[in-house]
Parts: sequence; C-alpha cells; structure tokens
Amino acid sequence: MTPTPTDKTSSLDDVIGELRDGMTIGIGGWGSRRKPMALVRALARSDVKDLTVVTYGGPDLGLLCAAGKVRRAYYGFVSLDSAPFYDPWFAHARTSGAIEAREMDEGMVKCGLEAAAARLPFLPIRAGLGSDVPTFWDGELETVTSPYPDADGRTETLIAMPALKLDAAFVHLDLADSRGNAAYTGVDPYFDDLYCAAAERRYLETDQLVSTEVLVKSVPTQRMLLNRMNVDRVVHTPNGAHFTFAGTASEASGPNVHGDYARDEKFQQFYVESAKDPEKWAAFSRRFLEVDEAAYQRAVTEWQGEQEDQK
Amino acid sequence: MSTSTTDPTTVDSADTTRAEYCVIACAEIFSGAGEIMASPMAPTPLLGARLARLTTEPDLLITDGEALIFADTPAIGKSGAIEGWMPFRKVFDVVASGRRHVVMGANQIDRHGNQNLSAFGPLQHPTRQMFGVRGAPGNTINHPTSYWVARHSARVFTDNVDIVSGVGYDKVDPENPAFRFLNIPRVVTNLGVFDFEGPGHTMRALSLHPGVTAEEVAENTGFEIADLESAPATRTPSDEELTLIRDVLDPKGVRNREVR
Repeated sequence: MTPTPTDKTSSLDDVIGELRDGMTIGIGGWGSRRKPMALVRALARSDVKDLTVVTYGGPDLGLLCAAGKVRRAYYGFVSLDSAPFYDPWFAHARTSGAIEAREMDEGMVKCGLEAAAARLPFLPIRAGLGSDVPTFWDGELETVTSPYPDADGRTETLIAMPALKLDAAFVHLDLADSRGNAAYTGVDPYFDDLYCAAAERRYLETDQLVSTEVLVKSVPTQRMLLNRMNVDRVVHTPNGAHFTFAGTASEASGPNVHGDYARDEKFQQFYVESAKDPEKWAAFSRRFLEVDEAAYQRAVTEWQGEQEDQK
Repeated sequence: MSTSTTDPTTVDSADTTRAEYCVIACAEIFSGAGEIMASPMAPTPLLGARLARLTTEPDLLITDGEALIFADTPAIGKSGAIEGWMPFRKVFDVVASGRRHVVMGANQIDRHGNQNLSAFGPLQHPTRQMFGVRGAPGNTINHPTSYWVARHSARVFTDNVDIVSGVGYDKVDPENPAFRFLNIPRVVTNLGVFDFEGPGHTMRALSLHPGVTAEEVAENTGFEIADLESAPATRTPSDEELTLIRDVLDPKGVRNREVR
C-alpha cells in the first residue's frame, strides 16, 4: 500500500492556534494587492499580541494596527494603492508613536527575505546609503566593505541588509492543492515565495482548492510559485484577499482563469471613512471584524447589496 | 469634463497652456536616455515620457504601471499591445542595473536635492504619515532620478527635509564609490525647469515657463536658487508635440487637472 502524502488542509483557527505573542510574521502580497486578508482578519480578532510585522504594507498592516497587535513593523512602504493612498490606521499608529518603525527601501525588503531564504546573515545592497533608512534602524543596520577593490584600488562600502527571518509567513495564492502546491493567476507573483522561503511556519490561503491535476492543467508551469516544501498549512478562503484584489486587475493582461476579482474600491474607501470616527469604527468593527470569516463574507455581500440599492 | 478641447486640425502654439509647457519639460528629462526604462510616477511626467518616446526617444521602455511593458505608446489611462513582463521583483533588478530613469513626486526637496515622501516630523513619532520611503533610497543611489512638483511652494522647496528618502548631493561620500551613480538631472515644476548644477551641487534655474517671473519663483522657494534672474523662458512646443499631447496622448485633458 502506498503511503498517502500529507494533507495540509486547515482552518483559520488551526493557523492562529500555532501563533504566539511576540512572533515575527511576514505578510505577502503588495500594498492593496493579493493580501492574505482572511488570515490577517483571523489574527486581528485573536488574542495574539506584540507582533513584529514584515510587509510591503497595505490594509493588512492597517487592520493589525487597528487591533493593537503590532509592536514593530519592517516595511518598504504602506499604501492603499488608490485614493486616499495613506492607510489611516497605520498613520494613527505612527503619529501616536505606538509602533517602532524599521522603514527601509522597497528593494531592501526583497534583499532581506532573500538573505533569510538562503540562510545568510546579510546581503550587500546599495539602496539605503545616504538616506535616513539607517537612522530609522537606530543602530541595527550596519555597512559592509568589499574585500575586492575596484580598478582604481578603491573599495565600496555597502548596506549589509540583515536577513529578515520570519517565525511565520501568511500568503494568498489564487489556486492551490491540499499539499501546498500553489499558483498565482494575475500579472505578478509579488514576493510570496520569498516570504515562505524566509519563514519557519508557512501559511497559505487560497481562493480555489483543487486537485493537483487540475492545478497543473489550469496554469502555465511558470505560475506555480509554491511547492510542497514551502508550505505547512493550506486554508480554503474563497474571496479571502478581499478587499484587496486577487488574480489580475489589469485589462491589458487579457482574459485569465476564473476566480479573478478586482479590488473592492468602494469597500476600501468605506474602511478609510470608518477609521475617521470612533463611532463609525465601532460599527465597522462589530459588523466586519468581530465576526468569523464566513460571517465577514456574508456581511460584505450584504453591504455590497446596500450600495447597489442606494444607486 | 475636459477643460481644453482643441480642434485637431488647428494647432496653435500661441495658446499653449502651462500644463503643456510642463509636459514638454518632462519629455526633455529623457533626452538622450536611450534604451532604458522610463518610470514616471504622475500624469504630467507620464505624458512627458510617452511624448519623448513618440518623438526623439523611440527606444525607451515604458510600462502600464503594474507589470506589463508596452510595445505601443498608448494615451494616458489606456492600454495597448505589450512587449514584455515587468513584475515588481524584476523592477528591483532594473533599479540595481542602473538602466532606469524615474520621475518621482516629493513632499519636500531641499537645495541639495534631498527629497522626502515618507512622513513629516520625528522619524518614530511623525506628525503626518505619508508612504514611507518607498523605492526612493534605491532609485536615487542607483540611477538617474528626476522630480516633478505640480505646485511649486516654499513648503515643498524647504531648507531641510524632515526625512531623507531620496538622497541629495550633500549626502555623497566621495571616498565611497558606492555613491558613484547618484544623479538628479531635473526638477520640473509648474513654474519652471531646474537642476542641481548650481555652486556645490545646489538647485539652479534652467528655464521659467512663459508668464512666470523670478520673483514668483523666489517667493515660493524656501532657499536661494542659482541663476534665477538670468533663466530664459521654457521653449515653445513644436506643432508636432502639441498635436501629440492634445490629440494622441491626452485628449481628455488630464494634464489640466494636475497643473492649473
């Protein structure tokens, strides 16, 4: 009898049960693009606290700041990618001094994840030199001098980007099997494979949980971003990236596999508006955040219907 | 919706708008750039890059701002045929290669070209949060970086920026060859065209748009600009440039919403 390979299918609660206070968590996607929002929502309503978050930030970081979960953040930027662009809860956490910022150049995030993925203590990079990035890092960011002089006998001193080692990574892929093979269907893989490669525990949420056979027939092989070695748990979360987008958001890329959804711009604006007023935020929180994922998705569908009715 | 509806058959350079001077000034940012990636981050420099590509710089690479490299040079907001793939991670490879010229915005710029788009106030306790440093440190240290400012004011052009996201000339360590690629060719604003070739790599006026006076620029700048009194007027666009701007690249007049 052939032994069966591990089935990694899990619930959001299974994932949250493995997390501990003070962990460093990397969150995939980019800005308001293919963020693992179902995992973020589950984390925001959990008891886990004092987190260090590594991210190309968007509303993921905003929601975790709103829930008071973030002690320190490592990020290249924080953006909602559409007006009003600046995330209100990240802005509030920063202007109230609630979080310690390890702000860095966008390319330094990639570099730090690559160092962790290769189990290196650092990788040299030019980005950061001369800027206020080292000031943000408050003595934690060192330089390294090349042992190889250039043709004029001069040596380059570069930023020694430390490995961004993660206790856990959250990513959202459009399509996956129960074993952790997964693919993206849009125009950009972002950095989700690097987040997984840099982490001890790797948590994947997906819009479509399919057989391995269907997965490999659905996409060109180059879209298969994650293999089994880089995933510990797979959570089936249809529309899980909401209100960021999943799949493609660009008409120029042409027709794509089913399951794509655009950013919910109206809901994102509603999130921003709600953050401006304590009463509105309490209402938003009761309806969309203090509920489980299934109830969230129902509440969103209902909210979208209300918006249609008001037209 | 459009504030500038022009009869396509009659191009009249005499009624050139301020926004159109800004577009040709942004196009000139890419003069001689060759086969590199032009990365404009706002409508006016985007129109400038595409105008350059349709006139003197056909080998420029441009993208849809998402992940696709355009084969065509479509109008602003439109897509067209593509010629390649440029997801974000490959953009960082391009940045490190140096084969790129970015035109970023700025909340603050000082006289040595230090730029801020991160936040105002103390680093760990800002008074106003913007994007964070984004790609500004990597852009400025690796390849040509120009700036576009739609509202030239003393708030933007200030003595000291709160947070250095884009590196200025006074931050260069001459002993360290890692700084050798820093290059800030242009600042284009609604008032004129500038560079940093004044004394000690300070901001210098190259031209003022027709109708703009040296006094107006001085009043709206927090520091002294070199050659301000002697700066000539920005050149008049050619009929071809005006036709491309008005009829091909920006028929809806997006430029006039950014520059009034």
